[in-house]
Amino acid sequence: MAAAGPSVFLLMVNGQVESAQFPEYDDLYCKYCFVYGQDWAPTAGLEEGISQITSKSQDARRALVWNFPIDVTFKSTNPYGWPQIVLSVYGPDVFGNDVVRGYGAVHVPLSPGRHKKTIPMFVPESTSKLQKFTSWFMGRRPEYTDPKVVAQGEGREVTRVRSQGFVTLLFNVVTKDMRKLGYDTGPLDTHGISGPSPPQGLPR
Amino acid sequence: MKSKEEKVKIITKEFVGEGEDAEEERQKKPSKVPRPKRKKQLPAAGCEEMVSENSPVDDQQEPVQEASDTRLLGVTSRRGPRSLPPIPSASRTGFAEFSMRERMREKLQAARSKAESALLQDIPTPRPRRLRSPTEKESETEFGTELAREVQRTQQEHDSQGYSRVKFHDSVRKIKSKPPVPPGFPSAEEAYNFFTFNFDPEPEESEEKPKAKNRHGANQEEKEGEEEEPPVQEGVSKTGEEEWLDGKEAEDLLLGLDHAAEDFVAVRPAEYESVHVRLQKEKELLFVPSRRTVPTYKKLPENVQPRYLEDEGLYIGARPEVPRINQNIMENRLLTQEPGRRWFGDDGRILALPNPIKPVPSRPPTWTREQDVKAELETQYKKAVKYIHRSQHLIGSGDSPGNFQLDIDISGLIFTHHPCFSREHVLAAKLAQLYDQYLARRQRNKAKFLTDKLHALRNAVQVGLNPAKTPKTLETTPKTINEYKSEIRQTRKLRDAEEEKDRTLLKTIIKVWKEMKSLREFQRFTNTPLKLVLRKEKVDQKADEEAYEAEIQAEINELLEEHTEEYEQKMEVYRVTQQQWKAWKKAQRAKKKKKKQEVEEHSANEEREQPGPGEEPEKPAPPEPVDRAVIEQQVREKAAQSRRRPGEPTLIPELSLAGSVTPNDQCPRVEVMRREDVKRRSLFLKVTFNNKEVSRTESRPLGADFRVHFGQIFNLQIFNWPESLTLQIYETAGHSGTTLLAEVFLPIPETTVVSGRAPIEEVEFSSNQHVTLDHEGVGSGVPFSFEADGSNQLILMTSGKVSNSVAWAIGENGIPLIPPLSQQNIGFRSALKRADAISSIGTSGLTDMKKLAKWAAESKLDPNDPSNGPLMQLISVATSGESYIPGFFRLEQLQQEFNFVSDEELNRSKRFRLLLLRSQEVPEFRHYKQIPLYDREIMERVFQDYEKRLRDRNVIETKDHIDTHRATVAKCLQQVRESVINRFLIAKHHFLLSDLIVEEEVPNISILGLSLFKLAEQKRPLRPRRKGRKKVTAQNLSDGDIKLLVNIIRAYDIPVRKPTASKFHQTSRSSRTFAEKHAASPTTHSPAHSADYPLGQVSVRPFVEVSFQRTICHTTTAEGPNPSWNEELELPFRAPNGDYSTTSLQSVKDDVFINIFDEVLYDVLEDDRERGSGIHTRIERHWLGCVKIPFSTIYFQARIDGTFKIDIPPVLLGYSKEQSVMMERGFDSVRSLSEGSYITLFITLEPQLVPGESVREKFDSQEDEKLLQATEKFRAECTLKFPTRQCLTTVVDISGKTVFVTRYLKPLNPPQELLNAYPNNPQATAELVARYVSLIPFLPDTVSFAGVCDLWSTSDQFLDLLAGDEEEHAVLLCNYFLSMGKKAWLVTGNAIPEGPTAYVLTQEQSHYLIWNPCSGHFYGQFDTFCPLKSVSCLIGPDNFSGFPLHMPYSEMKPLIEAVYSTGVHNIDAPNVEFALAVYVHPYPKNVLSVWIYVASLIRNR
Repeated sequence: MAAAGPSVFLLMVNGQVESAQFPEYDDLYCKYCFVYGQDWAPTAGLEEGISQITSKSQDARRALVWNFPIDVTFKSTNPYGWPQIVLSVYGPDVFGNDVVRGYGAVHVPLSPGRHKKTIPMFVPESTSKLQKFTSWFMGRRPEYTDPKVVAQGEGREVTRVRSQGFVTLLFNVVTKDMRKLGYDTGPLDTHGISGPSPPQGLPR
Repeated sequence: MKSKEEKVKIITKEFVGEGEDAEEERQKKPSKVPRPKRKKQLPAAGCEEMVSENSPVDDQQEPVQEASDTRLLGVTSRRGPRSLPPIPSASRTGFAEFSMRERMREKLQAARSKAESALLQDIPTPRPRRLRSPTEKESETEFGTELAREVQRTQQEHDSQGYSRVKFHDSVRKIKSKPPVPPGFPSAEEAYNFFTFNFDPEPEESEEKPKAKNRHGANQEEKEGEEEEPPVQEGVSKTGEEEWLDGKEAEDLLLGLDHAAEDFVAVRPAEYESVHVRLQKEKELLFVPSRRTVPTYKKLPENVQPRYLEDEGLYIGARPEVPRINQNIMENRLLTQEPGRRWFGDDGRILALPNPIKPVPSRPPTWTREQDVKAELETQYKKAVKYIHRSQHLIGSGDSPGNFQLDIDISGLIFTHHPCFSREHVLAAKLAQLYDQYLARRQRNKAKFLTDKLHALRNAVQVGLNPAKTPKTLETTPKTINEYKSEIRQTRKLRDAEEEKDRTLLKTIIKVWKEMKSLREFQRFTNTPLKLVLRKEKVDQKADEEAYEAEIQAEINELLEEHTEEYEQKMEVYRVTQQQWKAWKKAQRAKKKKKKQEVEEHSANEEREQPGPGEEPEKPAPPEPVDRAVIEQQVREKAAQSRRRPGEPTLIPELSLAGSVTPNDQCPRVEVMRREDVKRRSLFLKVTFNNKEVSRTESRPLGADFRVHFGQIFNLQIFNWPESLTLQIYETAGHSGTTLLAEVFLPIPETTVVSGRAPIEEVEFSSNQHVTLDHEGVGSGVPFSFEADGSNQLILMTSGKVSNSVAWAIGENGIPLIPPLSQQNIGFRSALKRADAISSIGTSGLTDMKKLAKWAAESKLDPNDPSNGPLMQLISVATSGESYIPGFFRLEQLQQEFNFVSDEELNRSKRFRLLLLRSQEVPEFRHYKQIPLYDREIMERVFQDYEKRLRDRNVIETKDHIDTHRATVAKCLQQVRESVINRFLIAKHHFLLSDLIVEEEVPNISILGLSLFKLAEQKRPLRPRRKGRKKVTAQNLSDGDIKLLVNIIRAYDIPVRKPTASKFHQTSRSSRTFAEKHAASPTTHSPAHSADYPLGQVSVRPFVEVSFQRTICHTTTAEGPNPSWNEELELPFRAPNGDYSTTSLQSVKDDVFINIFDEVLYDVLEDDRERGSGIHTRIERHWLGCVKIPFSTIYFQARIDGTFKIDIPPVLLGYSKEQSVMMERGFDSVRSLSEGSYITLFITLEPQLVPGESVREKFDSQEDEKLLQATEKFRAECTLKFPTRQCLTTVVDISGKTVFVTRYLKPLNPPQELLNAYPNNPQATAELVARYVSLIPFLPDTVSFAGVCDLWSTSDQFLDLLAGDEEEHAVLLCNYFLSMGKKAWLVTGNAIPEGPTAYVLTQEQSHYLIWNPCSGHFYGQFDTFCPLKSVSCLIGPDNFSGFPLHMPYSEMKPLIEAVYSTGVHNIDAPNVEFALAVYVHPYPKNVLSVWIYVASLIRNR
């Protein structure tokens, strides 16, 4: 089998959850996890992680920097179900309760190389004003039963969300054997014409 | 100086704490103060004195006295410091406090400075000078010689001590003058005082003394000094180093006055910088700019007037606002600098740029996004891409590696206008164009064609008019003739127009030729070889004339006819109107007559007035009759104009290039220049394909005739469908750059056009460039004229024609190298957009042939017109072959293009199939992970199960089942399950908010109240209750996360050992006795038992073993028939396939077996001698009974809490029920109905799982809509009243329809055998029936139809299926009871452990009985242990155990499981043997009762 060529391709993702912009909140930490299809399997590294708590920087940027490393390798037989990273950010509210500050997800970049992604984050909204108040008061905001929900499209129509903040991620993507298996995710070629043969009547 | 002194004074005064008020004291004090000071100053003073030795030695005393005088008389302020308490005393002797010392030092310092200033002041005044000449000298020296050498500070110190030194000076001089007398005695004495005296504590004393001394005078002082020398010496020795230094200096200076030097006490203060000194120094270094406004003149160079630019009208921006003070400070600062003035402008203000601050507020860039400035500067990593043919993108995979080829033949280029055209060229081009036109026209010869047509039509009309010849077309004739006639008219008109055009063209050609000729003559040279020859063709004059005349006549006739027709029509109209008019007139006349008779005289007026109202219709004028002469004249005129006159020779122009061009040397200079210019020019073409240059022609020079010949063929090997094909024409003039003249868009050839067949086409181009040339060339885009006066201006743009041909190449095997059609349409949307929408979908051109044919018929296309040829052919094909026209409309005609692969491909590929099946959530593949990439890696057997299932869907497999009926049932059940699961899967994809989002409920009043109430609750209640736990959705769980908690509390009425049966009991060693308990019961129900029990003998030692998913846990051993364990057992739970989704959890079929065993200890020791040293026992466990609880029940109930009846086998060898114990408790009457052993359990899951929701789908119903609504209403009301009660009105039957529950209940005859069994005992019969029903296998709905609501099968279906859950059992039992004449009801409710279930309630004579349909047990209405559950097995006696297992038969697997759960095989005793006996008892309708006897035999000694 091995002689016949690879039967899986590998996707190595490393990088980091760099920083976040949550203008209203401070002292946040984030969790990440990967969501991937059935044909995917992690072979090395951590597919879940929880970061330290970070406070806002004192400069004008007000950045919340985690620099939380990600390093995971997947193997797969099918690009369908390409891994997505799901981020959920938590932090204390005014009463000190730990509440969710944002969910977000993004696909791991398809093409190898270095990619910087900024994901807008959102949180589910309370179903009513009263709910909103009580949830604020009791520090029990609505949350997703499973953060992985944000990586799937099914059933999202029943939810309402509000956007808040951004998280910046840095990915370094390395793939192996993808092209051998017929999947070309390289940088986009100049679209349209690939070169015609050199013209015959060309004098120079 | 003055001010400084003042300052110093002030400081001093501050320091001088006490002496300010008491002037007296101060005056006295100084006398004393100097002494200590002097002592301290000794070395310094000495030095100074030595330095100033040359100073007059006379009046030694005087100065002192003077000094003292002055001091006494003079300035009090100066004396002030000297009234200080002696500082040295403090510093030297050290008997004063430190603070004091410090203060002294400060004072001293102040005093010194004061003194110094005083001295300095003294210098200018003569009188004091005289008095203090020594001082003066000193000061002189100080300022003169010493200054250079000594540190200034020291000098200052000395200075400040000037006054005291005066005194010392004397003494020093004394020393010098009289060596025997030790100098400085007074000071020494003073020093002594200083050392020995404590001034501070006794200020009075110290004051006294100085006073006295003062009174003594200077002499005394001297003496004192002498006397007190030794102490001074001491002092000197104390201050070693300083003294030595000073002494050395003194040595140098004072000519060996060693003695004196030794004598002087060198005392120096700590180095200190006084405030004013510091200030002074600061003053030298620092500069404080003034805040005052600087006058303008200071800021400008001398004699320069400020210049205000603003006043001169120059623009000066607004200066940034700076406070005036700051400006002043800045200006002052700048002025002190050296080139300070250059900072100032002409107006005397600081130079400043205009205010850079924008008045308009603007937003700074937001930082919310990370894309800050750096992001743009950041280097982007881009991988280098190796160029590869990406043909696989464009050509379907697996296709031939076809390179498609497009042949572009560029033969040449002709300019129809070029900037270098001379006027002659312009005309020549025009001529050539016209000639081309002429040729084209002649080729088409439209006029001839139309003439022929006209003739034909005329003939047709002639024929039509002759009825004799065509009798059959009689009825159609008039119509056709009319048509013909109208056509004749049309054709004639067209012909006339064509003829006229021909004639004009000819005329124009001749005119242009004439112009050209005249031009040539005018310019006297010829540029073009063009030559027009008009060939005359003689015609037969007569025939021509005849034809001409005939034509004219025919035309006249036709016209006449037309006009006559018209006339007729008009006449008709006229007649009608005439009649009307006449009628009207008549009426009028009648009126008139009447009136005339009445008023004759007014008749004239009347007549006039009558037509006044204008109602009178105009009298119609009769149409003019046709005048033949007029028509003839018209016709002839026209003919003369547009037609060749009869007999006139036909002129045929022939353009040739036979002319000669005038050579250069005979041409004027401008023309030569033009020709040179033309020669310099060359052209080439670029071929661009899809906007990319792919090749270019060679650069060819422009010919004198403005033709360029290329003759090149480009073979474009292409990979994708061409979107555009362009030729770019570039012109190079000399060595200047190339210019793009024009772009020519070539049409992409049809797929039918292949090389060799493609015609050369000329594609016109034109450029909008403007060129003006300085020679004969007319330029381009600029006006020029042929006329001398410049009128008739022409503007010509560069234009021309490219002759080329584009075709698809033909491959080696004769196949055209054309991209496949599909490819044209797939990735090239833009190409589609541009192209015809219809042709893009595959059919080229029009689709609706019928419409086309209709249109052709309507528009009367001439079928003979060659230009209509292809169209007519198409139409004829379309109309004739009806099958050719698709009679359908294609929906989603593009679908095929979007298909990933063809269906066959999809089916053939194992991988695709696997993917497809997985996405369809086919159970076998739903959780298939990592589908391999290649087909070859997919094992065939992956599909085997699935295919087998599909195959077996209709085939009944009997192998797994004992009889076919079972197999059928199983199959049927399977199918129902599948369909229901499919339904469920659909429903599973409907999400509710609560599925996705966890949100706290809004607390309502009751909850708030409860929570308030809870505050008052006891923190640690005596009887704690179980609290609800948070539920976990079973999504993110994995193996080991879920645990099954089984809390075994206690059991009642465990069977006890029969003492008779076991002789081993004697050997069993148990410490505790059952005796107390037993003895406590006064009356024994079974005296035989009690008699058998020996005291101290344990009746039973039960323990509980819980087995779940083959994991076994057991409790400790308790004792007695009513044991209490209170133990919690924890069993791990594993979901099937590691899938913890709700669906899979619901389908867990595992049971929790709770087995009760009796632990029996056997002494295995064979030798009693060893008994002392060790105990060897064998533990045997004897199975007593079991409780089986399905996991699904636990899962759905979340917890199970209650007392259960233990299923004890009917035969339990070696055990008997010990019934006496509870007898006295008062409810034995009730208990008698339900004898048995009981166990209290609490089972739950940790963490608590949220049970799956039932399907939220509404099933359709066939019931009456009104009834349904009524039941719905009833149900809603019930729910309102009793929210906790489960009100059941409609249920879902097995086909997924909603039906009323009542439809299930109907009397149903139980099998006759059962009724016959006990003919006289209805109760027994009822029990038998119940037993029969209970023997039908139990299969919970939740297991078979995971997560779906209850499906109710009818009794009939139930008996057919022979499997069902409580409802079915209950329904069947109820139906049987009903038929037996009992009053029976179906009871739905909650039971333990089933949860919501159905029982049967029957009314007996006096009481009600509740039947558990699944177990066949019945309970009285007051039975405390009512809720129970069954499935049984059994345990045997001690040595010989055998278990009769009895259970309803359904499948093999549960049986095996049940046997396993007993753990009979877990015997580690040696030489154990097993025995197995199975008995199956048949009941009607295939209901079987299976008895399994398992025995483990241990050989008995």
